[in-house]
Amino acid sequence: MTELASRTETHTPTGTTHLLEVDDIRLSFKGVKAIDGVSFHVDEGELFAIIGPNGAGKTSIFNSINQLYRPQQGDIRWKGRSLMGLKPNKTAELGIARTFQNIALFPHMTVVENILTGRHIRMKTSWVAGALWVGPAKREEIANRAKVEDIIDFLEIEQWRKHPVGMLPYGVQKRVELGRALAMEPELLLLDEPVAGMNLEETEDMARFILDIQDELGIAMILVEHDMGLVMDIADRVMVVDFGRKIAEGTPDVVQKNPDVIKAYLGEEFEGAE
Amino acid sequence: MRGRPLLFTSYEADQALMPTTTKKVALTVFLVALVLVPVYDVIPFAPDFLAKDDWLKVLTNVMIFAIGALGLNILTGLAGQVSLGHAFFMGLGAYTAAALGAPEGPLVGLGLPMWIWLPAAAVVPALVGVLVGPTAVRVRGLYLAIVTLGLVFIGEYLFRNTESWTGGSQAGRTFPRFQFRFWKEEEPLVDFSRKGEWFGIELSNEAKTYILLLGFAIVATLIAKNIQRTRVGRAFQAIRDRDIAAEVMGVDEFRYKLLAFGISSAFAGVSGALLASFVGRTIPERWDLLLSVQFIAIILIGGAGTVTGTLMGALFVIALPRVVQDFTAWLSDKIDAGEGIIAKVGDVFIATSGDDFGIVNTLPGTGPGLSVFQLNLVIYGLLIIVFLIFEPLGLYGIWLRVRNYWKGWPFTY
Ligand SMILES: Nc1ncnc2c1ncn2[C@@H]1O[C@H](COP(=O)(O)OP(=O)(O)OP(=O)(O)O)[C@@H](O)[C@H]1O
Ligand SMILES: [Mg+2]
Repeated sequence: MTELASRTETHTPTGTTHLLEVDDIRLSFKGVKAIDGVSFHVDEGELFAIIGPNGAGKTSIFNSINQLYRPQQGDIRWKGRSLMGLKPNKTAELGIARTFQNIALFPHMTVVENILTGRHIRMKTSWVAGALWVGPAKREEIANRAKVEDIIDFLEIEQWRKHPVGMLPYGVQKRVELGRALAMEPELLLLDEPVAGMNLEETEDMARFILDIQDELGIAMILVEHDMGLVMDIADRVMVVDFGRKIAEGTPDVVQKNPDVIKAYLGEEFEGAE
Repeated sequence: MRGRPLLFTSYEADQALMPTTTKKVALTVFLVALVLVPVYDVIPFAPDFLAKDDWLKVLTNVMIFAIGALGLNILTGLAGQVSLGHAFFMGLGAYTAAALGAPEGPLVGLGLPMWIWLPAAAVVPALVGVLVGPTAVRVRGLYLAIVTLGLVFIGEYLFRNTESWTGGSQAGRTFPRFQFRFWKEEEPLVDFSRKGEWFGIELSNEAKTYILLLGFAIVATLIAKNIQRTRVGRAFQAIRDRDIAAEVMGVDEFRYKLLAFGISSAFAGVSGALLASFVGRTIPERWDLLLSVQFIAIILIGGAGTVTGTLMGALFVIALPRVVQDFTAWLSDKIDAGEGIIAKVGDVFIATSGDDFGIVNTLPGTGPGLSVFQLNLVIYGLLIIVFLIFEPLGLYGIWLRVRNYWKGWPFTY
């Protein structure tokens, strides 16, 4: 830990600093190499996609950025400062929000409460102030409730407001989870398969939300997704990973024509598509 | 707004504790009814038996246990951490109160007023909770239960062996009375532990104590409810539901678990101090595992995670033994009188003589059948199992269903 911390201080980024820089990270679980030396960067406001076959290491990259996983080697820098060794909740405070591949909402809480929990880092009320429901605590609750309501409007989930999320349809839960992440007012949003398991209409809605988030809120995003059509349509740049390694990176056009990608990824896609 | 009571025009109205007028009225009526319990004997149609001193004592106990259970509900119901250590923190609160508030004598006692000893009974257990917490909150689920179980045994051992503070197992010790003093003056400003006249009404000491503890229970309920519906309460529930997602939202899991532990211990401490004062004298063995289990029963039967459920659970668990006792006494009378069908059924239920068979044996000494005390334990156990399997929301869940049924009445959906 101390070693990592000192590295943070001595690191001086050369040239321009990217919003997020992932620098040759390696992560293995008892011999299984989940990430085997991956580097990439994301700039402000950019929509960066990561694609790759099942088990390629995409979710592991997200978990490393969040510091839920601790890569054994390499560095991850946020605005030039290393994230390595931080607690996961610190990455949230720095401005990184996240959705999960297998929805991780708080099932017993309502839609409003879930999204309000996303406001946690933007609120200050201590437990004492909250317990006594004193002026500032009350004002903060109401002000944040208004913000939550804006997000509910934006994602068109008004009718579910007071429902415990555990009982909502899958597609709605996916939206609530996006709302909860947006409530954090992040600078970078990690979306892990936001349209998996959705029908065409739901997918189009979600694509619209993602583009709106980029255009209107200017939030940078990393999108992990198996839906090729969606990725090639909306991403600014695409990185392809396979067996924990980067095999290509570039604009959608360039990546689509890369022979390695066609062989490693699209080839498998044809086999798995049925 | 007229005709559309569920339409809120501001978030403030929506977030109010009692959002509708109906709820406000219902709550006011309920609170007035609670305050008036001691004079039910002069109010027509009121259940006058509640105004008797022994029932007032039962209700006072309900208030005391409700305060402790509200604390455990924050830790277990909201933050999802099962603790068996509640009794330890109650004992700690009780002895803190005694050391500060009991009159000077052979045992440690500074004779300080209630406005010092009662808050101290919250602060000291909270600090100890935060101190031992790091060990406890690092482990999960069943392991946490085991670690906190250890706490109860260590606590009992410590209490037994610090005789100058606790009086030891033989004699126990006395605790400060429910009296408001400014400092150490002879005559208390308000004395809740002596009978007397208030506003022209002659009240027993039981009635006064009941009213005081009703007040404390209301304050504790408000605090618990406010914690639950604000930022910190949501963080607790987030940890309970999905700890990893909570962390990624910026909730410091370790810190908040520790906080839940501390808050819960503070409630336990106050509850313990009030219980000890109410009982007057107790021994270190009072703060045992069974006491902790009683609190678990309260929040499970009531419906873990909700304030209303916790209160219902406290009423149910604490009043149940009394109800069972009254019921068996009533049945015995019927049997003695030999009245019809009730006597026949009752005879199977109760053993009235040494050679008579009965599920319950009210006779002193040994014999087949359960004592009333054992019957209570059996009922608790059965109820916990039934609720865990069929109605995880506990009494609160049943209440919700009944309420929703009547809301839609006469329509069935
Ligand atoms: N906590 C863990 N323990 C052990 N192995 C893990 C763990 N997390 C990931 N792995 C392994 O790391 C590899 C990469 O997994 P990861 O979940 O990152 O893939 P992915 O690209 O997200 O796949 P998918 O498209 O199926 O979501 C897999 O072989 C997986 O089994
Ligand atoms: Mg994945």
